[in-house]
Amino acid sequence: MGGYLLRRLLYAIPILLGVNILTFSLFFVVNTPDDMARMQLGVKRVTPEAIEQWKREREYDRPLLLNTQAEGAARLTDTIFFKHSLSLFSFDFGRSESDGRDIAHEIRKRMVPSLSVAVPVFVVGLAFYVSFALMLVFFRGTSIDTSGVVLCVAAMSISGMFYIIGGQYLVGKLWHWTPISGFGQGPDAWRFLLLPILVALVSSLGEDSRLFRSFFLEEIHKDYVRTARAKGLGESRILFHHVLRNALIPILTGAVVVIPRLFLGSLILESFFGIPGLGSYTIDAINSQDFAVVRTMVFLGSLLYIVGLILTDLSYTLVDPRVRLQ
Amino acid sequence: MNLPFQPVVLWTDGLLFLLVAVVLGFVRWSRHEEHLRAPWRKVARSRGGMIAVTVLVLYAGVALLDSLHYRRALPTDKPGAEVTYAPEVLSVLDTFARPLRDGSERTFSAPFAATAFVKETITRADGTQVRDFPRLRYGGRLLENPDVERVPDIARRALGGLAAGVLLWVTLAGLVTGYVAHRSGETFAEVSAAAWRGEHALPLRAILLTLGGACAVIVPLLVLSAHYHVLGTDKVGQDVFYLTLKSIRTGLVIGTITTLVMLPFALALGIMAGYFGGWVDDVIQYLYTTLSSIPGVLLIAASVLMMQVYMDTHADTFDSITRRADFRLMFLCVILGVTSWTGLCRLLRGETLKLRELDYVQAARAFGVSPWRIMLRHVLPNVLHLVIITTVLGFSALVLAEAVLSYVGVGVDPAMNSFGTMINAARLEMAREPIVWWSLFSAFVFMFVLVLCANLFADAVRDALDPRMREQVSPAAALRRARALAASTRSVA
Repeated sequence: MGGYLLRRLLYAIPILLGVNILTFSLFFVVNTPDDMARMQLGVKRVTPEAIEQWKREREYDRPLLLNTQAEGAARLTDTIFFKHSLSLFSFDFGRSESDGRDIAHEIRKRMVPSLSVAVPVFVVGLAFYVSFALMLVFFRGTSIDTSGVVLCVAAMSISGMFYIIGGQYLVGKLWHWTPISGFGQGPDAWRFLLLPILVALVSSLGEDSRLFRSFFLEEIHKDYVRTARAKGLGESRILFHHVLRNALIPILTGAVVVIPRLFLGSLILESFFGIPGLGSYTIDAINSQDFAVVRTMVFLGSLLYIVGLILTDLSYTLVDPRVRLQ
Repeated sequence: MNLPFQPVVLWTDGLLFLLVAVVLGFVRWSRHEEHLRAPWRKVARSRGGMIAVTVLVLYAGVALLDSLHYRRALPTDKPGAEVTYAPEVLSVLDTFARPLRDGSERTFSAPFAATAFVKETITRADGTQVRDFPRLRYGGRLLENPDVERVPDIARRALGGLAAGVLLWVTLAGLVTGYVAHRSGETFAEVSAAAWRGEHALPLRAILLTLGGACAVIVPLLVLSAHYHVLGTDKVGQDVFYLTLKSIRTGLVIGTITTLVMLPFALALGIMAGYFGGWVDDVIQYLYTTLSSIPGVLLIAASVLMMQVYMDTHADTFDSITRRADFRLMFLCVILGVTSWTGLCRLLRGETLKLRELDYVQAARAFGVSPWRIMLRHVLPNVLHLVIITTVLGFSALVLAEAVLSYVGVGVDPAMNSFGTMINAARLEMAREPIVWWSLFSAFVFMFVLVLCANLFADAVRDALDPRMREQVSPAAALRRARALAASTRSVA
């Protein structure tokens, strides 16, 4: 198992390097730093001095890959690729290009708001969707099941943005139950979190419940269920005791892969509700064309995805004793 | 030759019509292949699927009308002079909707309103000034006294429209029934009687009822829109009904052209990885793991930002706003395609791994058939069902993704009409008192119907094409596989 983990971790390095090279070529080769400076400075006729200064302040005034003017190791290290792309591997994210703040500090600060929305949504959502799907399966073949599936298909055909706008209008503006948007500290913080969590739960109800329902249905046609019925077990005991446990394997292992990415928050939700998390940070960075932040988020996103994949494999060994990692 | 108009083929127009040609060609070809005909016959017999197809055909019709672009000739005084064309690129849909285009107001107005939504200072004929709701330029312009005449006028026109709708429906129903009768060799009376009782092999009654519902809604709307803004006007006074119709094309282009871009990558790389194995497999696996590890929105955002820099530095390449917006739309499709091929590729690799061990592939190899030929003749036809299921499932995810991307600011050009730009512009108006709801409402209804029909159609296609579904063993496994491949596009949303 230790050897397997080590191999998986080593395999992550070329993938992250690939991500790095891809973003590097997107940001620096397709367009030169001069183009970016011109766009950031935002005026049609920028003086060459202003561009030079912009590049110097952000350490973009170096060659891309090989610095022929430097000596020794600096030939490779004093380059844009090393300073702005490879440095991400040591979690040295640098400073934001639009406001000059330390990116690592911002990430640490914004992680908490992101998690305080994402974690409840994840945990409650999983429990809620599994129960809803279980209910549909319990009533399978009846009109409850049919109307539940119709509801799911209809719910998954609505854009997530309508759930947010509708939720803000109904709950926030019309009924005055919660603030429309914003984020608070201290004992009142939960009031701000209630609506985003609720909206997030409702918006993925259709897709996830339908998927989980199909997992249960797949399980219910297996031999052990028939055996249990033949032994005279009650339908509800079969469902809640045997089928639920076995169907939870694909559900849980499928959920594990997203756990690490919960840190990054949700782009749309946070930006609509004004939650100062990493999702809205990313949106702001995209809107202000802050390449340093976008680069960092791409790197972190890939890293967390790979961690999620490894966790998925590990979780298989935990819930299914037949699986061994070689 | 001096034409009164000059046809203009935008990038996405060309690709859209290429796609239509590909689909028609595929349909023609699969008519002769029984193993392909059987599942499609099953799709044709599913009620939900055929209702969805009927609605989708209407959407596609609007989108295709909106994809025939041209430039009008400018009027000249001198006969025989060289004809010059207007710089503005119009579509056939624009020509039909000319009154709606030209009949814009100054700002918001509610659906079916004859007066504006906000009060203005109006100067009367005698020079005094009052604060009142001014009359609209277009909505209810023929009315003398809108307070009294408006509702009866709307009712009268709606009834007229309904009558026209019923007439159109009878004609269409006759045509459809006649076609079915012609194809199946039955008489017209037999088919219509079976359809009436709901006993025809095709869900003919459902199709005809859907058509009837569509006629009863659309024709009165069209009739009324000649004199009213049936869905109101937006902030700058444009007719929302017209904007919504224009948005349909953008959604369909993103949903379909992305697939066109994605397919070659997924097909070639997936089958090659599965068939050759070894280092080819390693390289391709590395490629798609790397690509799929990047969060979708961020990769798209990064690429679109880079394209913006490129377009800013090469501003002179794009001679008009339409071309610029079109280039951006096509680029968005390409980017979405490049980021979404990984799911299907992984799936095809797995399927090819299984197929290459089968007897008929082994036999072909023993006969010395070249690997490329085996992949083309023996592997590709047997993975086609996966390709079709994926593309149909991916469509609705892409339509939804467009709205999100436009909100984030990396979607279509702001000058282009799309559901995303409509929602984005309208969401701030929810804070108004009284609220401006009609823009969001129209975007919601048109988008919901489109995505719902796409989902229903996808379900019907999956039920018919997936061999596992056919054996009725495990619908869940099929759904899970389909989910895995839709995952890369859905992660965007």
